[in-house]
Amino acid sequence: MSATHTHIATTCYHCGDTCKPNETIFYDDKPFCCNGCQQVYALLQENGLCEYYTMEDLQRISQKAEVKAEKYAYLNLPEIKAKLLDFSDGNIAKITFYVPSIHCSSCIWLLENLPKLNKGIQYSRVDFLKKQVSVSYLEKTTDLQAIVSLMAQIGYEPYITLSDTEKAENEQKLLSQEQKQIIAKIAVAGFAFGNVMLISFPEYFGFDSHSEGSFRKFFQYINLLIVLPAFFYSGWGYIHSAYQSLRKGIMNIDFPLALGLIVLLTRSTYEIFADIGAGYLDTLAGLIFFLLLGKWFQQRTYDILRYDRDFKAYFPVAVSVQTTEGTEKQVPVAQLKVGDRIIIRNQELIPADSILLKGEANIDYSFVTGEAMPVEKVLGEIIYAGGKQVGSTIELEVVKPVSQSYLTELWNKDEFQKKKIGQDAAVRLQNFLSKYFTFALLAIAFGAIVYWLWQNDLARAINAFTAVLIIGCPCALALSSPFALGTAMRTMGKAKLYLKNVAVIEQMAQIDTLVFDKTGTITETDKAQIEWKTIQQELSEAEKIAIKLLARNSTHPLSQQIYQYLTLELPKEIEIQDFEEITGKGISGKVENLWVQLGSAKWLAVEIPSQDYHSKVFVKINGQLRGYFLFRNSYRKAIAILTQKLWNRGYDLHLLSGDNANEAPYLVKYFLKNEKMHFNQSPHNKWEFVKNLQKSGKKVMMLGDGLNDAGALQKADVGVAVTENIAYFTPASDAILDGSAMDKVEGFLKLARKSMNVIKQSFVISLIYNIIGLSFAVQGTLSPLIAAVLMPLSSITVVAFTTLSVKAKARSILKT
Amino acid sequence: MSVIYFLLSLSVIMGTLFLLAFLWNLRSGQYEDDYTPSIRMLFEDKKPSNPDNFSSKT
Repeated sequence: MSATHTHIATTCYHCGDTCKPNETIFYDDKPFCCNGCQQVYALLQENGLCEYYTMEDLQRISQKAEVKAEKYAYLNLPEIKAKLLDFSDGNIAKITFYVPSIHCSSCIWLLENLPKLNKGIQYSRVDFLKKQVSVSYLEKTTDLQAIVSLMAQIGYEPYITLSDTEKAENEQKLLSQEQKQIIAKIAVAGFAFGNVMLISFPEYFGFDSHSEGSFRKFFQYINLLIVLPAFFYSGWGYIHSAYQSLRKGIMNIDFPLALGLIVLLTRSTYEIFADIGAGYLDTLAGLIFFLLLGKWFQQRTYDILRYDRDFKAYFPVAVSVQTTEGTEKQVPVAQLKVGDRIIIRNQELIPADSILLKGEANIDYSFVTGEAMPVEKVLGEIIYAGGKQVGSTIELEVVKPVSQSYLTELWNKDEFQKKKIGQDAAVRLQNFLSKYFTFALLAIAFGAIVYWLWQNDLARAINAFTAVLIIGCPCALALSSPFALGTAMRTMGKAKLYLKNVAVIEQMAQIDTLVFDKTGTITETDKAQIEWKTIQQELSEAEKIAIKLLARNSTHPLSQQIYQYLTLELPKEIEIQDFEEITGKGISGKVENLWVQLGSAKWLAVEIPSQDYHSKVFVKINGQLRGYFLFRNSYRKAIAILTQKLWNRGYDLHLLSGDNANEAPYLVKYFLKNEKMHFNQSPHNKWEFVKNLQKSGKKVMMLGDGLNDAGALQKADVGVAVTENIAYFTPASDAILDGSAMDKVEGFLKLARKSMNVIKQSFVISLIYNIIGLSFAVQGTLSPLIAAVLMPLSSITVVAFTTLSVKAKARSILKT
Repeated sequence: MSVIYFLLSLSVIMGTLFLLAFLWNLRSGQYEDDYTPSIRMLFEDKKPSNPDNFSSKT
């Protein structure tokens, strides 16, 4: 088999694809499948970068699509450039690109060698996990357009959007800054904790107070010196936050914490200077250290993922506008005016509602409305923003500015902008508890002081009062929810559900209604079930081969699926003649004596009932209509089991689809009743539907994938964006779910509920520790050693209990 | 025994130096990307010798 292959099929030296015999280009004695690949090779060779081809794990990228530098001309517009650049002083500029196609180590190598390909680039550095490339370049020698088109040419087209560059980017930076600061604080507190504990050991095991009294003082002063930065740098946030919320009349968990910290420091300092004892400095340092650790664990999220993308991230940055002189000019999308004539090419997105002026529009609205098939539009018809043109170039006149378009209007609604309440709901339970906790603590503390004063023992009164505040400090309480929720979030992440933050888990625990989108959510994108329907005369073997050959030559997704559907072997010697592909219509060609046409009903002049919305590809052989390929949505296999489980558990399920009701007979077995399925829903309908469910007291989880679901995702208590690849665009949401983990949705909800239970259980544990400590404290007999043992012990117990039990629960729930 | 004054001070100072070194690492972004450098260090700096020699050897 391979022997017969070798003389016909040569593989491209650059991309590794099979070269078509007649189109192979030989350059430098090496075969190339297309011009693009040959040019990349030439470019690399010229600059001495051929080592690329000898790399071990080289995974090749084909360069068949032609790169036009004009496409990136908009990057040199000053207002766009200013938004994209990280830094510029007129001489050197820095920019960070997001490059989704980075996937192996040879990518890193090639991208970091950009300076060899363009002399203006000073250096480039890849962050592999974030798929980012940071580039700094000389503005006098080169420009953004040149850099981006070079990257696109070698197969690494950056993903450039404006929303990424504005608010989202800033928030991202702020978040990582905050994260860095927490780590710095942990380092300082941890340093203090370790050293103070070590230095305190002699104290606990007993100095010979007479002979080594001077050592004792020296040790204590060193301890104090070490603790001060931990208190004022690491622990200051708690005192500040307690003060802030107290001013607003709220008593949150930071209040007893801050109180504990302050009392610890003042009493310890007093004891040291008054030469009474060593104080509780190691408890203080340990407390700050553990608290910060919990905070860090809770805040650590997926910084590669974005949860706040709006339509701007999906829309192009600039568009070609025809000027009055008849030339083309790139204009930023935000500056489009009513009356502008825009030019949209194949696979480009229409950025504003406009009227079709010229050309044949075939608009793919799949991302906006969920409709699976491209829609044909006639001259003079309005085309809504968000559609993608498939086929030839068209000319349009803008009728509404981008911000007021049908789709983008959704985002400008007041209700839409409002942030959901209960963002910090995760701490609600904790705060509720800590309010009562704080009052009880203060009551005990004052009770102790009153009792000992009544007993006429002032020293003991103060001792008991401060000791109660110290030992009552709810450190373990403060740690239970960060560790339980943080662990739950990470185990869900391993099972491919990526949460925005831990607050989502508490929302998930309350969900009772699930709403599913259809296209892309419960169906698998790019995978359809195909059926062949004969109209006239069964296909012969030779005819099937001809169809398969024809389909092989087209990159259209439907052709590819037909190619895979026909499973017969292709003979090597047969060739196609007069192959022709008309974008948006079909393909035709001659195989031996068969003249084959594959294409749409309209193109082949077939009459179809107007109510039929299924995608079909008709086949004509020698001008005679033979039949058609019927494409039906293929549903995820997991849906059947998932819906069954959810119904059994008492959840209410709904289907919201922008598509027509054609598939209802297939879907009713999942959603049981027809009234649970809602078709022809506009983005606004979806948003309203979720709102109405919530009005009737339901807690709604919405699962969707497209811009058309964005409103509903935002409105829902938990909005889950379903995607095949987490690196792709997803609309703003609370969580991102990998499509392959769809069957685990019920398990995720269960895990969320169990995690909340674990938190409650760990509250009990930490309260028991507090009660033990308090029983010493009220008697005025709390020694520094007991405090030093009890505090870390309770924290570690709670941390171990929460993480281990959440993990154990996750293992039993999520295993398949 | 007074050497303890010296030793303890020294150990605390050394510890502080390591802490400062860590903080400096953190600030300068050395912990931001902990994956790519592990690949980058494996790249050869030199070009493979003449490609013709290279192929004749194999």
